[in-house]
Amino acid sequence: MSDLRDLYQEVIFDHNRNPRNFGRLEGATHRAEGFNPLCGDQLTLYLKVGEDGRIEDVAFEGKGCAISTASASLLTESVKGRTLEEAERLFRGFHAMIMDEPAGEPVELGKLEVLAGVKEFPARVKCATLAWHTLHAAIEGQEQVSTE
Amino acid sequence: MSAPGRSVAATVGALDVERLRRDFPALAQEVRGRRLVYLDNAATAHKPRAVLEAVQHHYACEYSNVHRGVHWLSERATEAYEGAREKVRAFLNAPDRREIVFVRGTTEAINLVAASWGGANLRPGDEVLVTEMEHHSNIVPWQLVCERTGAVLRVAPIDDDGNLLVEEFERLCGERTRIVAVTQLSNALGTINPVRRLVEIAHAHGALALVDGAQAAPHMPVDVQALGCDFYAFSGHKLYGPTGIGVLWARRELLEAMPPYQGGGEMIRQVTFEGSTWAPPPAKFEAGTPHIVGAIGLGAAIDYVRGVGLEAIARHERELLAYADEALAEVPGLRVIGRARERAGLVSFVFDDIHPHDVGTILDHEGVAVRAGHHCAMPVMQRYGVPATARASFALYNTREDIDALVAALHRVRSMFGR
Repeated sequence: MSDLRDLYQEVIFDHNRNPRNFGRLEGATHRAEGFNPLCGDQLTLYLKVGEDGRIEDVAFEGKGCAISTASASLLTESVKGRTLEEAERLFRGFHAMIMDEPAGEPVELGKLEVLAGVKEFPARVKCATLAWHTLHAAIEGQEQVSTE
Repeated sequence: MSAPGRSVAATVGALDVERLRRDFPALAQEVRGRRLVYLDNAATAHKPRAVLEAVQHHYACEYSNVHRGVHWLSERATEAYEGAREKVRAFLNAPDRREIVFVRGTTEAINLVAASWGGANLRPGDEVLVTEMEHHSNIVPWQLVCERTGAVLRVAPIDDDGNLLVEEFERLCGERTRIVAVTQLSNALGTINPVRRLVEIAHAHGALALVDGAQAAPHMPVDVQALGCDFYAFSGHKLYGPTGIGVLWARRELLEAMPPYQGGGEMIRQVTFEGSTWAPPPAKFEAGTPHIVGAIGLGAAIDYVRGVGLEAIARHERELLAYADEALAEVPGLRVIGRARERAGLVSFVFDDIHPHDVGTILDHEGVAVRAGHHCAMPVMQRYGVPATARASFALYNTREDIDALVAALHRVRSMFGR
């Protein structure tokens, strides 16, 4: 039986209570809205990408469950300072981890691995991936994305 | 008929719930190593053995296609299928068996009325009146037909407790209103609407009235003649019957005047390449091979609930609701959404700092099944400014122990979130 503590780790509670990079980002170059019609979660993700293609700053705002909020918060920490290409690679690696699929390439996920437990909770996968789909949409230049 | 439905003696006074629970095999299972506490009955209810056996018996012993074979089995199947129609008629106290149309569920019933009656009768500028507490299935079919016909959808508001503002409803019901479509019991708030009064208002303005009975039919006696409505829709699966079967009841003259909803076998009188004519209702609205066994299972479910007694079920669930209201008031930070004057056995609630999905996952790990989400009533969520709620909904087989388990699990939610 999957343990609830595999899903709700302390790091997740911490990021849920005190989400990092939370709020609107002035001077953003990329912005997308993510929406999960299943549970009503919504978030807006902002990126400020420099001329060298690196994410200089990132922020999100919105409301969601602990998993979705913590995932968004962890996302902002892990993509800051990376190139868009590296961020997309993280997205693919994260997605593979959550879906319990083999990653096509080796990806160092670092602290994002605290969300690995989500794969045992199929009903919660979309909570964890919403922010990442929104990041992908922002990079692709889409303004809205829905995970249903 | 020889279906082996077990008779349930009418119970006087309180339900013998422990005995009734044994009729439901699904309730005996363990979930995640714990006793299943099933509080998601507004989504769908479990099935008594009488329904399971009726379905199996029919497939094993009487099964064939209906209304067309001349052989023995087809006659048995037709008899059982039409017998189920009669059971539905009696259940609704409808005047005539031919007014009972078998459909897939409440959703299809409302779509049928919107597309067929609405498509034929709505003109640009005409109005359809619904309430703010409707399920998507009593909103979207009307939006679709309004788009097609140029009619306008109007929405009667509710107050902060989830009561329909009847005077606003009356004000919005005007000379262009052609139909009002209202739920008898809100799936998101538990509100019981004063349907008789709403039907009177509709009729006073020359409008028809459709009642969405998806939630009401399993939880209170329904009498379409007493309600005075023109259309009534409900689903089998919430009434302890099979999925994929439901009922549209409509006054016969309406069904006779309405154009077909779908074309195909069964619904015709004569077909030529120059044109076709329609069978009389209900066949006109039952194109194709129907869900024969679903209807028979629904018939068995109706026998079961009538055996237990709708009044007794309603009383039992009211007691559970009162007990739950009291118990949930003890959970710190929990806020009930929907405190209407008249409510039936469901409670929608939120914690201001814990998302309903987290609540649902943790409850599930305690063996407690609730629904967490928008309950296909997004406008209700918008009305209360919440993305979603958790909802515990009761059935005849629920007990005070189930509610105690819910409350204990909610305390665990709070302690996990450290608040």
